[in-house]
Amino acid sequence: MVLGRVFEDMCAQMYYRGKMFGFVHVYNGQEAFSTGFIKLLEARDSVVSTYCDHVHAVSKGVPPRAVMAELFGKATGCCRGQGGSMHMFSAQHNLLGGFAFIREGIPVATGAAFSSMYRHEVLKESTPNGLDVTVAFFGDGTCNNGQFFECLNMAQLWKLPIVFVVENNLWAMGMSHLRATYDPEIWKKGPAFGMPGVHVDGMDVLKVREVAIEAIARARRGKGPTLVECETYRFRGHSLADPYELRKPDKKASYAARDPITALRKYILEKELASEAELKDIEKKG
Amino acid sequence: MAASLQSAVFLSNRIDPHRRLFASPARSLPGTKGSILVVRSDGRISGRLSGRNLITNAVATKADTPTSSTDSKPGHELLLFEALREGLEEEMDRDPRVCVMGEDVGHYGGSYKVTKGLAPKYGDLRVLDTPIAENSFTGMGIGAAMTGLRPVIEGMNMGFLLLAYNQISNNCGMLHYTSGGQFKIPVVIRGPGGVGRQLGAEHSQRLESYFQSIPGLQMVACSTPYNAKGLMKAAIRSDNPVVLFEHVLLYNLKERIPDEEYVLCLEEAEMVRPGEHVTILTYSRMRYHVMQAAKTLVNKGYDPEVIDIRSLKPFDLYTIGNSVKKTHRVLIVEECMRTGGIGSSLRAAIIDNFWDYLDAPIMCLSSQDVPTPYAGTLEEWTVVQPAQIVAAVEQLCQ
Repeated sequence: MVLGRVFEDMCAQMYYRGKMFGFVHVYNGQEAFSTGFIKLLEARDSVVSTYCDHVHAVSKGVPPRAVMAELFGKATGCCRGQGGSMHMFSAQHNLLGGFAFIREGIPVATGAAFSSMYRHEVLKESTPNGLDVTVAFFGDGTCNNGQFFECLNMAQLWKLPIVFVVENNLWAMGMSHLRATYDPEIWKKGPAFGMPGVHVDGMDVLKVREVAIEAIARARRGKGPTLVECETYRFRGHSLADPYELRKPDKKASYAARDPITALRKYILEKELASEAELKDIEKKG
Repeated sequence: MAASLQSAVFLSNRIDPHRRLFASPARSLPGTKGSILVVRSDGRISGRLSGRNLITNAVATKADTPTSSTDSKPGHELLLFEALREGLEEEMDRDPRVCVMGEDVGHYGGSYKVTKGLAPKYGDLRVLDTPIAENSFTGMGIGAAMTGLRPVIEGMNMGFLLLAYNQISNNCGMLHYTSGGQFKIPVVIRGPGGVGRQLGAEHSQRLESYFQSIPGLQMVACSTPYNAKGLMKAAIRSDNPVVLFEHVLLYNLKERIPDEEYVLCLEEAEMVRPGEHVTILTYSRMRYHVMQAAKTLVNKGYDPEVIDIRSLKPFDLYTIGNSVKKTHRVLIVEECMRTGGIGSSLRAAIIDNFWDYLDAPIMCLSSQDVPTPYAGTLEEWTVVQPAQIVAAVEQLCQ
């Protein structure tokens, strides 16, 4: 999480200094569930993200140096500079993208889950440790789109090993979730398609982890998909080029108080799981 | 950027480039393995094919020789949709990662019976009946392709793939590039398109012109049972995303095809009828209108060279160019719309590359820029008819 935060802050710095270009979307404030989910995955599992994919990439194991190089359009970037901020891919780490149009990654994730199921059922590959799982991350705005619903249906129909994670930060760029969605409780859409729908506080990495453990285990055992809605908040604007004056300052302040990194820090110190010095060390390394 | 391209041609091992101009891929030739055919423009045949009948003005009409003994001829007769199925089945036998997905491909056997019998043989997961969700199941096919499978995605009618345009353009075409070459997308997207018999505007669409700009996508159009099977197999083996255009009215064409396995080259055009006076470039159903016109033209003393371009993207400029250099006159006959059609791109490509060889402006006959009407007579007039082709050649050869 710390690495993610520091990484994104550095992106912002570079962008505002005029060294990074294009549309760059940063993840500040939302680190809890990317970490919560991805750290539970194995190397053989896949992750699909949206244009807000730097932290997903780094969490999945792509070297931060490669991700940063990609943001600068260098040939040493993970996609040889051809993809950029919104198209992070890594075949080695099973990061299947990086999609600029939200919702277009969800079917790709469904396809990866289909592959996993196919390998088990048709190719008869042995899976002693369960199926390869795919986790698809996307935002609240995506949940009003057709491809989202179509994939919920297909995933449940064929019991695909996939977890749909909704990063509900209440804002789709400048559109408030409440203004766009008649029934704003996204987790309820899971049961409508026959799968469990779970709502979790996305600012608390440990709560997210609990939910993630169960959802991933479900998928691995071949029990099918889960829809997880993580309530969260973006500390910065939609993209580095976007002023975020539509959001009210007191709302921002209340969420800033729930910063996942600070929260976890407090928890660790309270439970005496690590010392202050060790935590400082981690922050320095990040 | 492109992954390795399919290149096998069952005749081509020893054809030298000089003779290649005249080499027919033997559309009408019964199974001949590994031999070279050289067809001169006057119809003389030389090569190791003694005793074979070569039909130089090849028009696959309905089977009109039922009484001739078919047992003694090598190869087997089948209809175009059966040829597609045969190709698909052979590839599914060969590689267990090849799978099919689409609406009604499984239990129903396919809207045009191309996948009939495959679901009982391979199971419901390998021949997947999808819900009506083109964008998503096309995307699913792409995700599956990225993770090791080789899906054949069927659009029940090509027009339905307009619903899948997001996935076809952004993911199918681009992912190989935006991932820096890390992922390949070995999908085949296929389906029946074209103007049928009063199917109405929306079921009569020609998507080749809409898809042609998508970078990273390869497009081929089949027109005979022989090339349908060969192109299907080649498309499946290719690591590139390939769109295979079939035509609603050509599924019942009958032809005798080789028993031996063969795969055609995706990027090659097919010499249908060698000639000297004018090059007529066409594809899919219009090939038959052109050949019908050719009969009339031959009677009037013309000698048209007819090439079925087959590869809509990229164009086989080698075959086309050699023809232009010979005849100096070009007529393009296509079924897609005039505006932004395949013909427009082909015209531009010929002008860019072979301008000095042209003795006349390139003519292009395309369908009218209108939604296809329901009424039969109106529908007929939106599509290029043989009489128009004859008139165009006469004008071109003045």
